[in-house]
Amino acid sequence: MIIGLQHYLILAAIIFTLGIFGIFLNRKNVIIMLMSIELMLLAVNINFIAFSVYLNDLAGQVFAMFVLTVAAAEAAIGLAILVVYFRNRGTIAVADINLMKG
Amino acid sequence: MILPAIAFYVFACITVASAILVISSRNPVHSVLFLILAFFNAAGLFVLLGAEFLAMILVVVYVGAVAVLFLFVVMMLDINFTELRSGVLQYLPIGALIGIILLVELVLIFTGWATGPGVAVAGAGGALAQPANVNNTHALGALIYTRYAYAFQASGLILLVAMIGAIVLTLRARVGVRRQNINTQVGRRRTETLEIVKIPVGAGVDIAGAASSTAVARLTGNRK
Repeated sequence: MIIGLQHYLILAAIIFTLGIFGIFLNRKNVIIMLMSIELMLLAVNINFIAFSVYLNDLAGQVFAMFVLTVAAAEAAIGLAILVVYFRNRGTIAVADINLMKG
Repeated sequence: MILPAIAFYVFACITVASAILVISSRNPVHSVLFLILAFFNAAGLFVLLGAEFLAMILVVVYVGAVAVLFLFVVMMLDINFTELRSGVLQYLPIGALIGIILLVELVLIFTGWATGPGVAVAGAGGALAQPANVNNTHALGALIYTRYAYAFQASGLILLVAMIGAIVLTLRARVGVRRQNINTQVGRRRTETLEIVKIPVGAGVDIAGAASSTAVARLTGNRK
């Protein structure tokens, strides 16, 4: 029973799908949506590192680190926008963000 | 040989289970805690793969910074979470449909996937291969600071922009707060601070007029 590349790829596929599903499931709660995005980025990182190790190519790990950087920046900006939105509206229900519809 | 397989399945099962609990938990604080658990187990998977540096970075960055940020925001905002979960069943069928379709597609791709004949050879013997006698962190550092130096600088700029953006977004100038302003204190002149009013003998002084013309202090006197 050897653990190959496909095991990691299928695990990453499951986690990515759970992230997509979480966005659909929590259409009103933007905090859970941000956490689902983090899950999807984690799945992408698992893919990057699995390919990097099994192809013996370190570029995948370098780019996984860049993905981590961008994910951290995205979480910070997203939560800042969320705090500002909550301060203005008193709720975080994103289903009724249609102020810019005109 | 059985031990890595057992470790993989334990880490993978806990990761998937905590990912399910992240998206289905009623309390967002529990969601954040399960997200932390998922990241810890993903870090275990990275160690299992041999990418120790990224495992440690994942723990430090995600558990130490991002998850704490999530926890802070969840606990700071006073949100009625039961109201936010009201429409879950409405979106469940379409979400499940899209999720199952995506999962089937991804699994079909990944199980039917095969490396081309030239790719594995180029990757294994390329310049980016990890040398056998150095550890993962050393090899990554030798790569980041040379070949990917510009991308590394760019990621630093991204973090700087994110930091400035988050501060600018959440900083608010409160009205009605008295605070010390050094510029106005130092740049104050005598003519706008005190006023010398000559009062004739026997006549009063118009306090309202004097108060409106002087800002801070009022000094009255009848110096000859």
